[in-house]
Amino acid sequence: MITLNVNGESHQFDVSPEMPLLWAIRDKLNLTGTKFGCGHAMCGACVVHLDGEAARSCSIMVGEAAGKRITTIEGISGPVAEAVTHAWQSLDVVQCGYCQSGQIMSAIVLLNENKNPTDEDINLGMEGNICRCGTYVRIRRAIHQAAKALA
Amino acid sequence: MRVNLATLPFFDFSRREFLKGAAATAGAFVLGAYIPFSREAFAQEQGPAKGPYDPNLFLKIEIDNSVTLISKHFEMGQGVTTGLATLVAEELDADWSAMRFAFAPNDPAVYNNLVFGPVMGTGGSTSMAESWEQARKVGAAARMMFVGAAAAKWNVPASGIKVEMGVISNGSGHRATFGELAADAMKTPVPTEIVLKPPQQWQLIGTRLPRLDSKGKTTGTAVFAGDIRRPGMLTAVVRRPEQFGAKPVSFDASEAKKLAGVVDVVQISRGVAVLGTDTWAAMRGCDALKVTWDASAAEKRSTSEILAEYRQLAGQPGLVAPGRGDAAAGMARAAKTLEAEFTLPYLAHAPMEPLNCTLEVHGDGAELWSGCQLQSIDQLVTAQVLGLKPGQIKIHTLLGGGSFGRRGNPMADWVVEVSEIAKAIKGRAPVHLVWTRDDDIKGGFYRPLVLHRVKVGLAANGTITAWQHRVVGQSIFMGTPFERMAVKNGIDASTIEGVIDTSYELTDFAVDVHNAKSPVPVLWWRSVGHSHTGYVMETVIDEIAQATGKDPVALRLELLAKQPRDAAVVRLVAEKAGWNRPFPRGKGRGRGFAYHQSFGTRVGMVAEVSLTPETVKIERIVAAVDCGVAINPDVVTAQIEGAIGFALSTALRNQVTLREGVVEQRNFDDYEPTRMREMPEVEVHIVGSQEWPSGIGEPGVPPLAPAIGNAIFAATGKRFRSLPMGLKTLA
Ligand code: FES
Ligand code: FES
Repeated sequence: MITLNVNGESHQFDVSPEMPLLWAIRDKLNLTGTKFGCGHAMCGACVVHLDGEAARSCSIMVGEAAGKRITTIEGISGPVAEAVTHAWQSLDVVQCGYCQSGQIMSAIVLLNENKNPTDEDINLGMEGNICRCGTYVRIRRAIHQAAKALA
Repeated sequence: MRVNLATLPFFDFSRREFLKGAAATAGAFVLGAYIPFSREAFAQEQGPAKGPYDPNLFLKIEIDNSVTLISKHFEMGQGVTTGLATLVAEELDADWSAMRFAFAPNDPAVYNNLVFGPVMGTGGSTSMAESWEQARKVGAAARMMFVGAAAAKWNVPASGIKVEMGVISNGSGHRATFGELAADAMKTPVPTEIVLKPPQQWQLIGTRLPRLDSKGKTTGTAVFAGDIRRPGMLTAVVRRPEQFGAKPVSFDASEAKKLAGVVDVVQISRGVAVLGTDTWAAMRGCDALKVTWDASAAEKRSTSEILAEYRQLAGQPGLVAPGRGDAAAGMARAAKTLEAEFTLPYLAHAPMEPLNCTLEVHGDGAELWSGCQLQSIDQLVTAQVLGLKPGQIKIHTLLGGGSFGRRGNPMADWVVEVSEIAKAIKGRAPVHLVWTRDDDIKGGFYRPLVLHRVKVGLAANGTITAWQHRVVGQSIFMGTPFERMAVKNGIDASTIEGVIDTSYELTDFAVDVHNAKSPVPVLWWRSVGHSHTGYVMETVIDEIAQATGKDPVALRLELLAKQPRDAAVVRLVAEKAGWNRPFPRGKGRGRGFAYHQSFGTRVGMVAEVSLTPETVKIERIVAAVDCGVAINPDVVTAQIEGAIGFALSTALRNQVTLREGVVEQRNFDDYEPTRMREMPEVEVHIVGSQEWPSGIGEPGVPPLAPAIGNAIFAATGKRFRSLPMGLKTLA
């Protein structure tokens, strides 16, 4: 049995400790906001927060995540999360939307660590998140807007 | 299994004819197919006490006053649900904040794409063009029914009743919301004479309304096909052959079956499927399989060998498309000639959400949950594999995490797979088929590999005396149910679209085609033929400007003298980009121009780049677009921005190559989409227009690569006649 703390709730699973966290979240907990894009830590569609740090859930085993605070897109809260989500909505960042849970999860961590990111900080902080629809212009704008709202 | 689609009746109707003649023919086709409200639906409804109800086939108005657009079109990010809702809300005088959307059931009798014929489907950048009149008429008819119901209920003249923001009222104090009056409105006769607002009265069309799908997509609550969970569902992952055209002969699943969570292993026509209790179990099981393949009919060549065949074909005359004038005579008059050969690679769509769907077989039919771009095809193939009638297949269309054409496959390859798997396990559990990213990149249905040869004759004064153009590549449409739409005399219109119908005035112009054959499956890929023809045309035009000492913009304007809408876009983008201001050249900086019309939409781009010997940075793209009425200018801008992001990695590095038939790429490391740091600044300018709307999902793609190529040429003198350019971006 593995116990995971997801979005403030504790869940017990009878799974191999090697199962990627992504599939425990999506297939066992049915929290489907976290997405599968590449399975090899290359796209960021699966980003969640582990003790507040951005983590690619496709490449972390549940055994490693046990004992940590796991937050998915469904469980985000607080002023930074609200500012980011609001900026995303007011600028209509999304197109297909499939990458956007991961983008938002990465942006929250970026803004938690850096209240006023420059364009270069955004390039670095968002480097691991692919958007195949090419919404980068608006992601950048939304991060700046959220930073301003939080200032 | 190759599903026989011959039973599907398709109209012989080409997309291009439609876009050219949309305004002229609109009345005829719209009215023919147009059923704004169904009397049956009325009859079912007894009043608001029963909760949500369907007063008609395109709208659902609930007692909380929400207005749900029933979208006949698939949302893959292009903003179509917001666009259709805008048209309805405009004529209905609805409150935008009350608008919602849901996807229509698969019923081509009602929800057919008016361009495709009696087929439900989304593609070819047709959605807003084909719905432009229909969706507004739905809204206007509903509004008239509300007014009629209010007049009867209040016993007042209809002429004094107004509708504003979802509220019906008159000067003498009567007032009701849509929700309050909907039950009465449904009982009023459906109007036959529907008058649409003149453009001066539009309040929503042409304004920036927020997208209806933003909230769900920013909170993790939007439901994509992969998010469907059915009781007892098994997840399937399929091992497919390394070489296209190979078939499974036998398999050894002994190792796979030892793994926890692996439930079953079945052979299907394209490979072997492992079913597991979760995705990870199915993936691991698939890795543990041993499969023996029959590769006798498979593609075993490498890309270089295929291109060698293309070159050999290109040396001979091909099937001749209807050109203009006499190119041979024009060539004889030339003082000099310019010849160029271009090659452009196979490309994977790589939508962010890998293909997936869920199929559940019941006693009396089956239900499919999928990001369905061509519901009619998906329905038919499911029925054929399961041995059911199409009417027994119910389709739930869900949001697609991108498509770029991949989810609209006339062969419905992954729907065939899920159906075969469900059949193999005798329908005992719902089957959720998941493709991995490797499956996606290696799985075929690519933008065709193409070779172009162009020869241009130039007079001493620089005018073009002849243009001869040969294209070699696989046909997308041949062998599909859409063949009759696009193939004439052996020539697939999509192979040469963007060349044969160029907006440029080429008086002595010849185009011919060789249809190459390969087991590598090909498919339309965002902007279809324009994805390669736009690059070739706009690079050659730039080469002509260079060869004749003309300014690239001036040359285009010369060739567009009889095309005022095209010329206006060229002028607008040149002006906004400051084309006439000197650009600091030579210091590793360059500026390039490209213009291309596709799907009735005209897009011009100016690219500004900076270079080091090994790297390139795209600094800025200025774009101008004329897509007729810009129903939601913010969505138009977003589609151009997104098309630039999508097309950029294709220009620089993306390609699918074969080595002895085996695809050499497999994931986002060797088929890497554009990333944040590579994204240029983008400026989009929209031409104000009251013309019939044309598409916006695809037309932003074609001009990007040539604008960049032409900018790099301006900086370095180096021409890229093959894509990808193979340039690295600054780290
Ligand atoms: S799915 Fe985890 S990084 Fe792509
Ligand atoms: S919005 Fe489609 S992949 Fe980012």
